[in-house]
Amino acid sequence: MSNLTDLGVAAIRDGFRAGDFSAREVADAFNANVVAAKELNAFIVETPDHAIAAAETADRDRSEGNLKPLSGVPIGMKDLFCTKGVQTTAASHILEGFVPQYESTVSSKLWAAGAGMLGKLNMDQFAMGSSNETSYFGNVISPWRRSDGSNAALAPGGSSGGSSSAIAARLCPAATGTDTGGSIRQPAAFVGISGIKPTYGRCSRWGVVAFASSLDQAGPMARDVRDCAIMLENMAGFDPKDSTSLEIPVPNWEAALSGDLRGKRIGIPKEYRVDNMPSEIDALWEQGIAWMKDAGAEIVEISLPHTKYALPAYYIIAPAEASSNLARYDGVRYGLRDLPDGAGLQDMYAATRAAGFGPEVKRRIMIGTYVLSAGFYDAYFTQASKVRTLIAQDFDRAWEKCDLLLTPTAPSAAFALGEKSADPLAMYLNDVFTVPSSLAGLPAMSVPAGLDGQGLPLGLQIIGKALDEQSVLNAGLAIEERAEFVGRERAQKWW
Amino acid sequence: MSVDSKTVRKIASLARIAASDAEVEAMVPELNNIIGWIEQLGEVDTSSVAPMTAVIPNVLRLRDDVVSDGGMREAVLANAPAAEHGFFGVPKVIE
Repeated sequence: MSNLTDLGVAAIRDGFRAGDFSAREVADAFNANVVAAKELNAFIVETPDHAIAAAETADRDRSEGNLKPLSGVPIGMKDLFCTKGVQTTAASHILEGFVPQYESTVSSKLWAAGAGMLGKLNMDQFAMGSSNETSYFGNVISPWRRSDGSNAALAPGGSSGGSSSAIAARLCPAATGTDTGGSIRQPAAFVGISGIKPTYGRCSRWGVVAFASSLDQAGPMARDVRDCAIMLENMAGFDPKDSTSLEIPVPNWEAALSGDLRGKRIGIPKEYRVDNMPSEIDALWEQGIAWMKDAGAEIVEISLPHTKYALPAYYIIAPAEASSNLARYDGVRYGLRDLPDGAGLQDMYAATRAAGFGPEVKRRIMIGTYVLSAGFYDAYFTQASKVRTLIAQDFDRAWEKCDLLLTPTAPSAAFALGEKSADPLAMYLNDVFTVPSSLAGLPAMSVPAGLDGQGLPLGLQIIGKALDEQSVLNAGLAIEERAEFVGRERAQKWW
Repeated sequence: MSVDSKTVRKIASLARIAASDAEVEAMVPELNNIIGWIEQLGEVDTSSVAPMTAVIPNVLRLRDDVVSDGGMREAVLANAPAAEHGFFGVPKVIE
């Protein structure tokens, strides 16, 4: 039983169904790994009892012939999802001690499907960051290390850095993530796992701590494409409590998985060949193109002319929405309150927010407040919203020539903690390949494709048409089958 | 457009975030760096473009105008830093 934590979602589900092991044994094995990996700081709260309770229910259900889609599978939950009775902080001080009285739609779907929770996963504060260095509860460390023996602590990516680190380190077989501008895909690439951001509106945002509502979308992170498909089936679906939720059926993505890409046209956007891109990333991209051809796809060069404006548009729209969404943290209804002696209501608001938000969150609220303020609204926010239209139109034109796009996920492999944290702008540029599809609401996934010269994982990104997660997953599978990354993504255990 | 410490203080006040003089001074170059970068959007001709309002075409739904929830005062107040007598407590407000 020592290798139960080497199993992914499908293997646990199927092995449990076949009677190879009990759900309780699986939960115990992962709980033990969680306890033994404190150095990674992947969890803010551990919930072994939740995982055990779900496992005992699963064992009972199995004996009664009442199996659910995720019976026997314990998972990690990003701390952005409200979980009833379990502290939910968005990795912030201002929500420290906040215990939701309700359950997010996505997490309740997963529990209804039989999954159990191993704990709440660390992340960048309010999902703002690309390295997991903005958490109030400390940095998450990637289980990976460079092969040069330097032992530098590496970023697990962000904002879903606890999710990525925990999966790569075998602390959970899968986890939830959320993606506003790349927060599922970039961390997945950094640690050599898979992750998909579905079409905007597939997963309910109800009960998910809001960052930028027109961009926020939940999605799964797991060791391979099939596991992502299984997880997504159990996270997606219409929810009347979210006004942007799509009222359409959830496809059976797992059943239709196929790495055969004959008849598919894969677009290669020329604007993604950015300056100063490491030659290894370029080589990996070429390799990915070769794999797509090998899987039967046709390759076409396409153009997304407004690509260079995606990041600046994003860094107006996302902070603007954040400044509005985070106005709710006022020290009155929940969370932190800082009431200096003799302070009035306004002073209490200002003191509470100064004490409760970290520097990056304050920076984005400030930017957002500025671009929405009187006299600047049209020049910044309206202009960015128009550029967003142009970016979406770029994709619409591309779809006349192709069915999917293939790009690198990130412009580099994982960097060391501290390497970029002093320069916010350098950190923002890490999202250059993931932000455009976020602005257009399109499904996109990262799959591990190779290692760089330092022995660190690199990911390839597939972007699809709205609602065509199936083609995205299928192309991901085609890469996965050829990259042969699964099975060797495990970092040398040092923690 | 570049911001000075007076503007930063004004933004912080609008955002209800208390900031010391030192924090304001530190934020001036940081915000200018970011704002200078996002200003490249000005070079895009958007004269005939409508602003994006929804990424995926979707019709906002209407539901019957009836009470569908409620009666959970305890739950609503459960996380309040200062709940008293069934209300949220705040410092005295005199206007």
